[in-house]
Amino acid sequence: MDEATFPKLLAALAERHGDRRVALQEKRFGIWQPITWGEHHRRVRAFAHGLATLGFARGETLAILGDNRPEWVISELAAQSLGGRSVGLYPDGVVDEIHHVLDHAGVRIVVCEDQEQVDKLIALREGGRLQTVEHIVSYDPRGLARYAVDLLVQFDELERRGAELEAERPGWLDGEVAAGRASDTAILCTTSGTTGKPKLAMLSHDNLLTMGSNLMSIDPIDRDDEYVSFLPLAWIGEQMIALACGLQAGFTLSFPEDAATVRSDMREIGPRLMFSPPRIWESLLSTVQVRLSDAGWLKRRVFAAGQAIGTRAADRRLAGRRLGPALSLGHAVAELVALRPVRNQLGLTRVRRAYTGGAPLGPDVFRFFHSIGVNLKQIYGQTEICGIAVMHTDDAVRFNTVGVGIPGTDVEIGEGSEILLRSPAVFSGYYRNEEATAEALRDGWLHTGDAGYLDDDGHLVVIDRAKDVMEAADGTVFSPAFIENKLKFSPYVDEAVVFGGGDRPHVAAMVAIDMETVGTWAEKRKLSYTTYTDLAQKPEVYSLVAEAVARANDDLPEAMRIQRFVLLHKQLDADDEELTRTRKVRRGTIATRYGGIIRALYGDDDSVTISSVVAYQDGTQATREISLRIASTNGATSSERELVGAQR
Amino acid sequence: MARAYRHNLNGSSLERGARQLEVHDVSLRFGGVRALENVSLGVHQGEIHAVIGPNGAGKTSLLNCVSGLYRPQHGSITLQNGKVHELTKARPSRIAKWGVARSFQNIELFKHMTVLENLMLGRHTHMRHNVFSALLYWGPAERQEIRERELVEEVIDLLELQAARKQEVGRLSYGFQKRVELGRALCIQPAVLLLDEPMAGMNTEEKEDMARFILDVNELAGVTVVLIEHDMGVVMDISDRVTVLDFGRVIADGVPAEVSSDPAVIKAYLGEQKTAA
Repeated sequence: MDEATFPKLLAALAERHGDRRVALQEKRFGIWQPITWGEHHRRVRAFAHGLATLGFARGETLAILGDNRPEWVISELAAQSLGGRSVGLYPDGVVDEIHHVLDHAGVRIVVCEDQEQVDKLIALREGGRLQTVEHIVSYDPRGLARYAVDLLVQFDELERRGAELEAERPGWLDGEVAAGRASDTAILCTTSGTTGKPKLAMLSHDNLLTMGSNLMSIDPIDRDDEYVSFLPLAWIGEQMIALACGLQAGFTLSFPEDAATVRSDMREIGPRLMFSPPRIWESLLSTVQVRLSDAGWLKRRVFAAGQAIGTRAADRRLAGRRLGPALSLGHAVAELVALRPVRNQLGLTRVRRAYTGGAPLGPDVFRFFHSIGVNLKQIYGQTEICGIAVMHTDDAVRFNTVGVGIPGTDVEIGEGSEILLRSPAVFSGYYRNEEATAEALRDGWLHTGDAGYLDDDGHLVVIDRAKDVMEAADGTVFSPAFIENKLKFSPYVDEAVVFGGGDRPHVAAMVAIDMETVGTWAEKRKLSYTTYTDLAQKPEVYSLVAEAVARANDDLPEAMRIQRFVLLHKQLDADDEELTRTRKVRRGTIATRYGGIIRALYGDDDSVTISSVVAYQDGTQATREISLRIASTNGATSSERELVGAQR
Repeated sequence: MARAYRHNLNGSSLERGARQLEVHDVSLRFGGVRALENVSLGVHQGEIHAVIGPNGAGKTSLLNCVSGLYRPQHGSITLQNGKVHELTKARPSRIAKWGVARSFQNIELFKHMTVLENLMLGRHTHMRHNVFSALLYWGPAERQEIRERELVEEVIDLLELQAARKQEVGRLSYGFQKRVELGRALCIQPAVLLLDEPMAGMNTEEKEDMARFILDVNELAGVTVVLIEHDMGVVMDISDRVTVLDFGRVIADGVPAEVSSDPAVIKAYLGEQKTAA
């Protein structure tokens, strides 16, 4: 197709499949409610005309704020049909984040989901901070009936007005769609912003579609590859699979009923394709770990034996060797009694390819999924290169590398071990931010800011963000994220932040426990607790985490072993700006906010007192003094810990 | 697919603000104990009307009189729904058919049945088919079940019960069970919803959730709610009107601001203040 764009691909799919195949389905009222390609196309057209009645013009930006619903996708494609683009906002974003994007992108029309999101916009308006927005379109009318806000219009009302306009000037929209160029910006995508306010990357139809077709040239995706869309559509990863690949492959997108039902909805669909950031894989793993610890001894034994065989088989397969008759037979039995049932529980029975991306995933988690027979592969990329640039190929999954560049992608290592990427998917720049653009794009190369190297087989190894890479006391270069992932393999660890390098004599860690798993663990041991802080400060919980720390130390060279750690009194939260919306740690914020704790980690005391400000809902604030223990493990590994235990 | 609900959960056809439930001069005695004495109050369509008072003030007795579990010796209770129904002489099952639904202070759900099954039971009064057609199932009975399920699913959506749809009620948390009970009462498509301490025994967060759902039921579905509650903060926040009972008598009645500053109410709740001589 000449000058392919998303709307043109949609029109072609609607023509080919009409009402015979399902484009989108959302679970509502307990059943999957299908929208066929024909109806999808009709609704996009109607809504595009509706936007036209509000004066939406070529080159304009439509903001979309809500959970994954058919209306989200319809809004995006409608804006693109008119030659405009969309910018997605994270539905859990606080008003300041929303304001930054709306203001920076000069958004006039916002499509938002429900009362909750409308309330955020009203709060901005009442604060006089909603200068550019002229219309708010809401697609869930619940609770809005009595809202007397002049900006507000209902989604289906706008579709109805659009259908009227369409009847008045038939064929007009076809002209608008045909005028779309592949080089037009399709979306403004927020970067994760680990360092500051998110920037808006301009990605064209061509960028996104080329990335999709390059990916599919090595990992074919076809129209029967069901995909469950539950990660924010504002995230590049979801845009990439759900739209850039989806519109080329023509598969069905399924939207779960509710955030709480994702797991069971996914089992119903049985997707063949999955793409999730590490935290989803980590949480799937902890589900298995927790359920195993609840199971009887027989089940535990059977699974352990099955998984051991699975691991051996996976290691052989990944090394490119054959299984041999004994292992083949063993594996067939293990598959039947242990591995397949676990995959089934996780809803992964039909998965052909699973991807992880957005952040590094620990090798232990990787090995686990391969041992139960899930073909999990690492993807490396950035928003600026449409999410995917480098990945594992089916025959070469290695847990310590991120694989090789997908077709059309050049990978080089620049100054200071910085990874440089070049491909047709590289963006044209940040929206209204030439300084940052000039820094990221030099001579056609995307400067990623990540440090890495190419191994002997040409596989890319990513160390960490270049500015995060640390040098230990003995001169070893290491990545805090690598150690953090080792810690996060424990189901009891929710988040971990590792310090070290520079003039710090050793490595130390700040750990936030997982309330649910640690809470269950404590209940089983009849350990009473009241709040998160109380639970985290129990000596028993400290020894529980000390075990996880020792296990992480096992595989680490001496200089990188964790010597001291502290359990935080609260979980790290994106609302407190400690994490990005894609749940990456913001080291800058953490270093300033927890300066006292970090100093204590490098002091001699075994506790530190901090003052924590609690904001109550009525607007009053109270300051509490909290004392946190600091545990010294002296870099013990798990075998050394056992030794100490035996001597006692 | 439009997102708005197709079924109206509000069983009353009255205009908002019209008098719907009239308790007139009701007295109830158990032997020598006077549980209610000349109690009168009026509930308007579309309001959240709270009944508060110290322990033993007669709140639950009043609700039991309205739902037909107790027969007061004196007075009348009338419900305006289509026509005027006198509730003091009717059986509870009949009163439920007229559109009075309630939840109980102690959870009264079928613990070994799923959330869905409990809610479908709430549609029982609307089921038209007899044992024989139900035994056959296919045809009319099946069509009816599908129709009723649609309404039940809207209740599930409104009260955000999706994740627990197929779980046994007995395995859910206390706060969640309370929500299921509210849902079952709502499935009757009531004209008036009587809630007996829906937030008793809950922590702050569960209370806030429950208050949200009661407001949703009232504002989104338009259902009139009569609420017994101990937590004064919640009552004053969400009620349109408050009646205060003490020792079986009405000691105050009005909007929350009036009631909370009423000296008689303060006295009933906090005891009498000794004045310095």
